[in-house]
Amino acid sequence: MKNCDYQQIEPQALPTPTPIPPPHHGDSSDKRDEPRRPRRKWEVFPGKNRFYCDGRIMMARQSGVLPLTLALILVTTGLFFIFDCPFLVKHLTSCIPVIGGVLFGFVIITLLQTSFTDPGILPRATPDEAADIEKQIDNTGNACYRPPPRTKEVVINQQVVKLKYCFTCKMFRPPRTSHCSLCDNCVERFDHHCPWVGNCVGKRNYRFFYTFIVSLSFLTAFIFGCVTTHLALRAQDGKGLVFALQESPGSAVELVICFFSVWSILGLSGFHTYLVSSNRTTNEDIKGSWSGKTGDVTNPYSHGNILINCCSVLCGPMPPSLINRRGFLPADESAQTAGMDIELQTLATKSEINVCTQGTKDLLESATLSLLLSTSCPQGKPQTAQTCLDNSSTVNSDPSPELSTSCGARHTTNSTGDTSSPHHTKTRSKKSKQATVHIHNPAFDVHASPTSSDTGPSSKARDHKGARFTTLH
Amino acid sequence: MNLQDLQQPAVSSKVFLQRDYSSGTICKFQTKFPSELESKLDKQQFEETIQTLNNLYAEAEKVGGKSYLEGCLACLTAYTIFLCMETQYEKVLKKIARYIKDQNEKIYAPRGLLLTDPIERGLRVVEITIFEDRSIGSGR
Repeated sequence: MKNCDYQQIEPQALPTPTPIPPPHHGDSSDKRDEPRRPRRKWEVFPGKNRFYCDGRIMMARQSGVLPLTLALILVTTGLFFIFDCPFLVKHLTSCIPVIGGVLFGFVIITLLQTSFTDPGILPRATPDEAADIEKQIDNTGNACYRPPPRTKEVVINQQVVKLKYCFTCKMFRPPRTSHCSLCDNCVERFDHHCPWVGNCVGKRNYRFFYTFIVSLSFLTAFIFGCVTTHLALRAQDGKGLVFALQESPGSAVELVICFFSVWSILGLSGFHTYLVSSNRTTNEDIKGSWSGKTGDVTNPYSHGNILINCCSVLCGPMPPSLINRRGFLPADESAQTAGMDIELQTLATKSEINVCTQGTKDLLESATLSLLLSTSCPQGKPQTAQTCLDNSSTVNSDPSPELSTSCGARHTTNSTGDTSSPHHTKTRSKKSKQATVHIHNPAFDVHASPTSSDTGPSSKARDHKGARFTTLH
Repeated sequence: MNLQDLQQPAVSSKVFLQRDYSSGTICKFQTKFPSELESKLDKQQFEETIQTLNNLYAEAEKVGGKSYLEGCLACLTAYTIFLCMETQYEKVLKKIARYIKDQNEKIYAPRGLLLTDPIERGLRVVEITIFEDRSIGSGR
């Protein structure tokens, strides 16, 4: 053994665990003197997500129609408090604004939680892990030039479940996990990507989403009922509805919004209540994984009892976020990644190209889908409201099952194709800023983008919403 | 004592213990003893470590009376209590971190091995790093 044997130390070999931030080790306690400050993990996150408040809040890159959702809820509830509450408090009871206020609070809080919480993103495999899995796959395959199978079968509760290999995240996806193409992440217990909340709905935020739609259906029904009562009371004594509407014009707006929303939201709540009670996800339901069409298949995750299913889905322990957004990168790694800025920039432009091709791919797929759907629309499934929400993720991975879903999906995929294009131009400049400028906080750059893209999707989304409702009737 | 012993030991290889999904989506790791560790570690000790880890994760994900109460209370407060309260899972994760540190100090480090906490790998694998054994022949 030579005494002067030098071996390159890999950063992964360092035994110090990464979650402990560098200040504890004292090597970067005075960050001002360090030319490169320690970077947090969210800054180098590979998926298409946006982070705010130094990694505390996260959303999908495309905020979808979240601003529209918020605007509709705020406007409707605001009009309710201004126009209807004073009259109803005088003529009926003062409980009405209290109930309205509580419901409104629930709706807003759960909406924001759904949008800003990590849905259950699985971090991508480290290079060592990926190499190990590749080795295992190659071992099981033959020595011929047929590519080795990229699926693994596992038996859960006497049911055979196929685990697919994710080429982006370089790992075998756990059961019920799906890769969202919009966010470019594997999400555990993937339900769907919801453009209304601007985030995926998965294991960690499903309960927030469910509470949001249930409380929203209560709020919408409540406002609808109150407005109807208000107008009926005003129109008494032969004064007529027109007179009542003239006295309270805000009520007309509320009436229209609530009338159109209440059916779809109630339908959605009902559908998700069915999913919760049978412990299924929207993804599984749409793909018909456990519906028994092909042989004798049962849902292996169901506990058999509706109450137990509900409790395990909604009241189970809250799983932790696996991506550790606010953890610090080890000092070596952050120095390495800082040194690889040029590479990052090219990677960023590459991912933008991917996003652009994704956008054009979406457009092409939606165009072909619309062509196919216009010729034949075989089923009008009752969950029309739901399929609108689950569009891009399944469209990209599996266009064929989408043909059996209702025409509602057609309109939404068209509009998401449209909405994605304004985002591209605006996020491109932000992305390059993010990659190169790392002395000043990239969070500031990211902050600017949602406000600039506000006007873009909302106008298109209005058309999208209008289109959606015409297909429901 | 030469300078080499003070340097960080080099990584010889890594062993990955994959998840065991036979019981569903709960966090459970395969207890199959990897061949690379045969010369380094006692099989029984290894199985005990992994089994304890599996039991701890089962405790974290346990759906029982206490978690139902926690869940219902959280629902009533529109889940805002998650902002101020530590969840059952987080408490057990801390316990797991302490256990792994303890196991590393007592059993794995003296054998030139290192257990990585699965949470750092997204609960996908238990990574065991095998370090090159340089202490043999350096005169103890």
